[in-house]
Amino acid sequence: MAKQVIKVEHLEKYYQKDHILHDINFSIDQGEVVALLGPSGSGKSTLIRCLNGLEPYQNGTVTFNGDQVVPTEKNWQKLRQKIGMVFQSYDLFPNLTVLDNILLGPVKVQKQSRETAKAAAEKLLDQVGLREYENVYPRQLSGGQKQRIAIVRALALNPELMLFDEVTASLDPEMVRGVLNIISKLAQDSDMTMIVVTHEMNFAQQIADRVLFLEDGKILEQTKGDQFFKQPQTDRAKEFLESMDF
Amino acid sequence: MSSWQIIQQSLPLFEKGFVLTLWLSFLGIIGSIIVGLICSLLKYFRVPVLSQIAAVYVEISRNTPLLVQLFFLYYAFPVFGFKLNAELCGIIGLIFLGGSYMAEGFNGGFDGVAKTQVETGKAIGLSRIQLARYVVFPQGFTLSVPALAANIIFLIKETSIFTVIAIPELTNTALDLIGMYYRSNEYLLVLVIGYAIILIPLSIILTLLEKRVRYGAFGN
Amino acid sequence: MAHSGINVLFEGRNLIRLFGGLWTTVEIAAVALVLGLILGVILGVLRTFPNRLLRLVLRLYLEFFRIVPTVVLLFLFYYILPKQLGVNMPANQVATLVFALWTAAEMSDIVRGALISVPKHQRESGMAIGLNRLQLYRYVLIPQAVSLELPATINLVTRVIKTTSLLMLISVMDVINVGQQVVEANNQKYPTGVFWVYGIIFVMYFAIDYPLSWWAKRMDKKRLERANG
Ligand SMILES: Nc1ncnc2c1ncn2[C@@H]1O[C@H](COP(=O)(O)OP(=O)(O)O)[C@@H](O)[C@H]1O
Ligand SMILES: [Mg+2]
Repeated sequence: MAKQVIKVEHLEKYYQKDHILHDINFSIDQGEVVALLGPSGSGKSTLIRCLNGLEPYQNGTVTFNGDQVVPTEKNWQKLRQKIGMVFQSYDLFPNLTVLDNILLGPVKVQKQSRETAKAAAEKLLDQVGLREYENVYPRQLSGGQKQRIAIVRALALNPELMLFDEVTASLDPEMVRGVLNIISKLAQDSDMTMIVVTHEMNFAQQIADRVLFLEDGKILEQTKGDQFFKQPQTDRAKEFLESMDF
Repeated sequence: MSSWQIIQQSLPLFEKGFVLTLWLSFLGIIGSIIVGLICSLLKYFRVPVLSQIAAVYVEISRNTPLLVQLFFLYYAFPVFGFKLNAELCGIIGLIFLGGSYMAEGFNGGFDGVAKTQVETGKAIGLSRIQLARYVVFPQGFTLSVPALAANIIFLIKETSIFTVIAIPELTNTALDLIGMYYRSNEYLLVLVIGYAIILIPLSIILTLLEKRVRYGAFGN
Repeated sequence: MAHSGINVLFEGRNLIRLFGGLWTTVEIAAVALVLGLILGVILGVLRTFPNRLLRLVLRLYLEFFRIVPTVVLLFLFYYILPKQLGVNMPANQVATLVFALWTAAEMSDIVRGALISVPKHQRESGMAIGLNRLQLYRYVLIPQAVSLELPATINLVTRVIKTTSLLMLISVMDVINVGQQVVEANNQKYPTGVFWVYGIIFVMYFAIDYPLSWWAKRMDKKRLERANG
């Protein structure tokens, strides 16, 4: 049986009085790709941000590689190098070159030697076809290129779990495919464990081993990928898919 | 005597005042930047006790006039045995005032760094200090440049208040001369030109600098 | 030294005199602010008009008041108004005029900055529903600009209040001038009185300015939070 990478039990999240996440339970095995779907405002971002400690949660537990996380800032900080995250707003650091953006984590956080880290970074850059841009500053890149670099930056730490939060949502349509292809390749070739929040239903169908469908902060269903898109178990999910023109 | 002669005769005195204004401004600005940076760092790293002290200092300094601060230093403290000469009082007063303005300038820059930048930094596992060193400070300094530039101009102008404790800077020189010779038109003209010589080129340079850093660092 | 310094404040009418001085200070600041802010809004609006000459003149006006220290402005008006223009005003009116013109200059820049940062589509939507220029400014641009720049305006108010400390330089009987007289008159009896007199003036300024700047800061913070989501 595959190793369990992350397990979430009875997670509850409030913003002041607002109850945002209700009793969230799921676990993900190594190599599994989970698509987290649901209408806007249902709590998808909040949920995956809880998984690397960017949002505090009020109740419940997160277990990573079999160890329950004691949610202090220090512990999360150590864990974050094993949990890569890419955001909708491709936030490269504008004050650093592309290469320095990528090397910051490996060199400063993981204390790898610059040479080793650079060799690895260049290999990743080759894979996303952006090796020639390693010495330019982010402002000289297009949105799609920035987002590809942001993915490389997260991968450079050799994470065991990747979180993607609507990474193509603010890209021009012609840039979307390139970024999605990188994620698909990551799933197939590197067998990366990941949670993907996306509005691209075709893409979700293509890569998801499993779908978590979230609404109003509750997981309404957890279904195998191929089945969810053909035959969702709940009416709400059916309506959702219809509204997405799927 | 013609106006021109009056002006010519006063120039050596004005030159002294000019140099003193520049020198006191320079020391005051450097001191203010140091004090401001320290206060801002104390706040950023939430250093217990010291950051609260810095916060109280900033509020007191920002919300009282330099003139009253100087009176305090120059007239009130000596009764308790701290007698300082006027120029030292001036510099200390200017730093006391400017430190809080600079602190607010730096704070504004650090606060202005986008929240998403901080989160991405965290997401790759940077510690709080690393986050400051590689993300918040480089961007924050750039963002604070316009405020710092405005403070520099402001502090130079504030040195004119030194006249109340009889420091012979530009304004004091002019007022003394007017008192002695009653030629206010001429001396005021030289006075205004004196400040213009310092402040016009400086504000042009600072504006160019602002444009440069803005262009250099952003556009992400 | 039989007398503790703080009692200087309660000797005779000293405290009342100090508050009287404060009243003069506040009065000058208030009148100057009302006039200056109104004039500043008008000038700020004019600076967004297309007329180049008008814009240049107003820009020079601003830069003049920006470059020349306020102390020097006070003396310029104090000496030049009566001598060159034959206008004889009491010192506190001269001061009010100077502060008002200075406030107007600074305010015009705040207003202009706010007006040009109102998104273009707001201006266009206003025109699209048939507003004329006056209505556009009155109903669309100025209300948005005001809420945008309220913190900066409050900060300007605190600056003007602090700057009133310069009134004593042209012999206005403001709180500091009164303070000096109190100190001199009581120096024999209360050698440490100077500390308390300037101390209370310090506190007076702080008590007026601190709440204002606290308010401005809070507004700015709220806006930053809103902008950051
Ligand atoms: N910082 C915040 N403060 C208060 N409420 C928030 C905050 N962030 C998100 N929310 C609320 O939490 C809910 C879930 O938001 P989010 O996780 O962003 O949804 P999704 O990513 O699915 O669109 C929404 O109702 C949103 O309004
Ligand atoms: Mg979201």
